[in-house]
Amino acid sequence: MKHEVQAATSSGSINGTLGWLLPRQAGSVRLGDRLFQLLVRMCSVFIILLALLLVGDLFRGSWEAIQHFGLRFLIGTTWDPVAHEFGSLPPAVGTLIKSLIALMIAVPVSIGSAVFIAFYIPKSLRSFVSYPIELLAGIPSIIFGLWGLFIMVPVIRVIQIWLKAHFGWIPIFNGPAVYGVGVLAGGIMLAIMITPIITAISRDILLTVPRTQIEALLALGATKWEAIWKVALPYARTGLIGAVILGLGRSIGETMAVTMVGGNNFALPETLFDPIHSMASLIASEFAEATYSLYVSALIYMGLVLFGITLIVSLLAQVLIWRLSKEGFAILD
Amino acid sequence: MSTAAANTGLAHLTTDRRFSRRKLVERIAVGGAVCCTAVTVSLLWIILGYVIYRGGRAINWELLTALPTPPGDPGGGIANALVGSLIVVALGAVMAVPISLGAAIFVNEFPSPRLGRAVRFLAEVLTGVPSIVVGLFAYALIVQPTGTFSGFSGAVAYAFIMVPIIMISTHEALRRVPPSLREASLALGVPVWRTILWVVLPIASRALLTGILLAVARALGEAAPMLFTAFGNPFWNLNPAKPMATVPHIIYTYATGPYADWHDKAWGASFVLLIVVLITSLLTRAVLRSKADE
Repeated sequence: MKHEVQAATSSGSINGTLGWLLPRQAGSVRLGDRLFQLLVRMCSVFIILLALLLVGDLFRGSWEAIQHFGLRFLIGTTWDPVAHEFGSLPPAVGTLIKSLIALMIAVPVSIGSAVFIAFYIPKSLRSFVSYPIELLAGIPSIIFGLWGLFIMVPVIRVIQIWLKAHFGWIPIFNGPAVYGVGVLAGGIMLAIMITPIITAISRDILLTVPRTQIEALLALGATKWEAIWKVALPYARTGLIGAVILGLGRSIGETMAVTMVGGNNFALPETLFDPIHSMASLIASEFAEATYSLYVSALIYMGLVLFGITLIVSLLAQVLIWRLSKEGFAILD
Repeated sequence: MSTAAANTGLAHLTTDRRFSRRKLVERIAVGGAVCCTAVTVSLLWIILGYVIYRGGRAINWELLTALPTPPGDPGGGIANALVGSLIVVALGAVMAVPISLGAAIFVNEFPSPRLGRAVRFLAEVLTGVPSIVVGLFAYALIVQPTGTFSGFSGAVAYAFIMVPIIMISTHEALRRVPPSLREASLALGVPVWRTILWVVLPIASRALLTGILLAVARALGEAAPMLFTAFGNPFWNLNPAKPMATVPHIIYTYATGPYADWHDKAWGASFVLLIVVLITSLLTRAVLRSKADE
């Protein structure tokens, strides 16, 4: 509550918005102004309606499957269109594993890059490194998928064969090494796709760390890395976690590239090399083949579950990043 | 380094070893950070370079102007997908732009603590909705009731993707318009609505356009929502009430198909898509740069 009041007054004074003029003219508010305000207010309300419509529509589309399977759908491990039996556990596990692999690779690389861009690189060179990373974040996922399918997958197949030959005694490497596509390829693909996103946001967050905090530690004789490790990273921790969660959200919802390199097999994976569906890839690859209404409904149900998961993840990220940016602004003021 | 200079005499000798270890840690950290950055940046060049290399070889006049041949027959092009993408995205933009501009104007110019903040927050959340879910939404909203896949349903899906992006970028652009200009206009007796349309929007117009452009580029590359909305169409079609081919969807179809000829076309189509994304990005950067100079 206190936050809201604070934000409302401060945004009013910073933006110099026009609203405050309206009540003053209350007696003679011009018709044009009232109509205009009504119009733009309706646009705002429409966005809220759109969000409600999205949720309502997904529920309506999946209603048949919800009635038929209930929450059993979430833990079901069979996907048999012929027997009219659907369950979403294996693709959910597939999504989770691929996203975790992606985070394991992307988080250290992204934070490392962000630290370098925010603190080490000379300011004049910063955009030369920053810009390509932003560009990478803007490349359509279908192009990542195409590149992954024809360039990355053959390389991964070679790596898989080598791993299996030398480390085959480790259970996770003792899988079918012939495909190339699979858990590992999907995870690496996602890592490539979320690295620029996490890097860009982390860099912005690290740049909000007050210079004086770092300089204070430098003045005490710390090396630059010590100042970053002991001051900057702890200071930016909340926001960095937010950035990582945002990346996680992206990787969970990512569709085309994962559909192309993930292998798309409906079974729980046992090794790192097994081909496996993710929730998004299952929807993408089977929707055109869904021949009866329960099948379609089950796929939309899967979409609803996917939507629920990404919603929770992105709300979490928004809250964390928002909180930090507020604190950051407070300090800048 | 200043520590080393400050430590004189015996103290210097005892701290020397610890200091050199700290310097080593510093070097390792910097080296690690440089490696991370190098990996990230080189990824861009590897992907970009390969698409340009393969796509540049595959692209020719026929690819851009001819219709697809029957599966397996060599030759043909993706003209229908190029036109289809343009139609679907343009339709989507026509739906998305007025709504998102209006919402952004409301949020910035008529502050209402609850509705305004809620809309802005919602827009942030909507950018995180997976594009495949947007496709399912458009399917349940348009395709199921009308009983047919259509370019129009694809446009609705694209509009849904564009609305939050345009709304957020417009809001940020309007925020940066100095309040003094609004006040000057109001002091002259200009009504609020004309002040917004004739003063505020023109000042923010370049940032506004880049926001719209970015949203359009983003939508142009989205394949996932097209799978069950626009659906694809091997024939020439300008009617948005019927299934339509789009570029990202045709890349997916061709890349996952069995023919080498199709793979070449997928690279060619990716090349076209990539060029559009690159141009948009460079334009945006140029505009934002010139703004910073002012």
